[in-house]
Amino acid sequence: MSLQEPAGKSQGWTFTYKTRRAVLQLAVLLVGSAVFLTPLGWMVLTSLKPTEQIFLFPPEFIPKPVEWDNYAEAWSQGEFWTYTQNSTLVAALNIAGNIFGSSLPAFAFARLRFVGRRVLFLIMLSTMMVPIWVTIVPTFLLFKFFGWNGTLLPLIVPGFFAVPFYTFLLRQYFLGISHELEDAARMDGANSLTIYFRIVMPLARPALATVAIFAFVYHWNDLITPLIYLTDEKLFTVALGLSRFRNSYRMEMSHMMAAATFALVPVLIIYFFTQRLFIQGIVLSGSKG
Amino acid sequence: MVHGHDALDGITLNTRTGKGGLGIARRENLEAYLFLLPWIIGFLVLTIGPILASLGLSFTDWQVGLGMNFIGLENFRLMVVEDDLFKKSLGVTFNYSLMALPAGIVVALAMALLLNQKVFGIGVFRTIYYLPAVTSGVAVAMLWAWIFNSEFGLLNWALDLINVEGPAWLLEPRWALPAFAVMSLWGAGGLMIIYLASLQAIPQTLYEAAQIDGANVARQFLHVTLPMLTPTILFNLVVGIIAVFQTFTNAYIMTAGGPNFATYFYVLHLYNNAFGYARMGYASALAWILFVIVLVMTLAVLRTSQYWVFYSGEKE
Repeated sequence: MSLQEPAGKSQGWTFTYKTRRAVLQLAVLLVGSAVFLTPLGWMVLTSLKPTEQIFLFPPEFIPKPVEWDNYAEAWSQGEFWTYTQNSTLVAALNIAGNIFGSSLPAFAFARLRFVGRRVLFLIMLSTMMVPIWVTIVPTFLLFKFFGWNGTLLPLIVPGFFAVPFYTFLLRQYFLGISHELEDAARMDGANSLTIYFRIVMPLARPALATVAIFAFVYHWNDLITPLIYLTDEKLFTVALGLSRFRNSYRMEMSHMMAAATFALVPVLIIYFFTQRLFIQGIVLSGSKG
Repeated sequence: MVHGHDALDGITLNTRTGKGGLGIARRENLEAYLFLLPWIIGFLVLTIGPILASLGLSFTDWQVGLGMNFIGLENFRLMVVEDDLFKKSLGVTFNYSLMALPAGIVVALAMALLLNQKVFGIGVFRTIYYLPAVTSGVAVAMLWAWIFNSEFGLLNWALDLINVEGPAWLLEPRWALPAFAVMSLWGAGGLMIIYLASLQAIPQTLYEAAQIDGANVARQFLHVTLPMLTPTILFNLVVGIIAVFQTFTNAYIMTAGGPNFATYFYVLHLYNNAFGYARMGYASALAWILFVIVLVMTLAVLRTSQYWVFYSGEKE
């Protein structure tokens, strides 16, 4: 109390203070936004510049003339149509695989009672911390033994087994689904599979969408797995194809940025339309529960 | 992980009661394990199996195409005594953690505080600040390599505006790693969201109580906000350390570990040994060291947490 302004004269002072504070906040927020958006803007601008405009200091920001052809050129320098098809296939199958592979165990952890639940759940949580690099050599050898190396299978099949992070995220969500419907269905003799398909999964659509989005972004961006397993350019994903761009010194910077823009656009579009789900997913995964 | 126990106590309370009977319990057990099957198979074949297999391989000198001999701890001796790149890569990775993690936590926290205000258009600002966090991979690495370009890059142009002559960033051993840290700050939005969620979970009554006690904004931050955020900081630290030890794509694309191994991160060394030289035995040994480091770091942070992490009595 002692530090507060006396009630009488505080009115006007508080107002101007608040206004100044709001203006300052807005200014800082705007500067921050510029900082965060500039790199992506720079990428797009570079992708549209004619060659002679790129290596200038100080840089010219507005492309003159706008070279849309850079995109066609970049596209033709790699088999981007093939890459895109492969990436789409890999991402789509991983989305399906991750959703089922992770929601089934999540359902058990959240909704069923069984011997060893506590221990198994803790084991699952701790494997969330295991880096992919720890298991990469034996996994590579295993897939080689199966004869899968050089095919898309190593990029797809593991997706059908539970991803610990998604399992945890879905479990958190499943815990929050009311038991009333489930109890009523059980009374009518429904088994767990019915409960899973008819009650829990439909009610968990937002969480499943979050998993789908995370899975898409992860697999669209992933370089490591394609890099290790793929050798035939016909099977390259966008990320791997792009990485070969980087290594060829004959590439024009504008073409490289056009290709990079192309690779980022799907992720950006999905983000703009589903940001709520993105953020919910992260919050859910960090939540106590 | 931190909240594992509370979480499980939570379930016990939630589960249905009243349906006794051994038959039903046994059936539920069977059902549950069928549901768990995708995880159990994945865990055995893709996680614990490979972890144990790489432990076994780490005691061999196996190189694809050549024979495999049991050599005991020789790989680990090689690492410590002869493999300078092992030490170099470990040093690079730790140095980078020391640069990027504290900076990331501070910047992300500042962003979260800024975005936790009720300002017009705050939703749009949140979208923008988080945006870089969803972009990652090859495209972003290529973009930043261009931004760090010493002559025509955007960053040195910006520095030039304030009359600072920027270094050659990725071309200079001294500046390459700081460049990576700068780049990581651009993606601090991922951490920011987690802080923001925790900030919003702090009960308003705590601030009201602090105000009644005459605490100003700074003291409220120090005595209410910061203690309430420590569990989140801990969580982010653990995840951050593990993430840094997996830095691959940026280094592979932007510098290939150079210049003069200045950005030769640990997993680049692992990658080169496994898939460059096909030295699977040695690479497995490197993988196990990585596993132990991640395990020890995680446990150490969790252990020290009791001295500085404040858990509020309230549980949701």
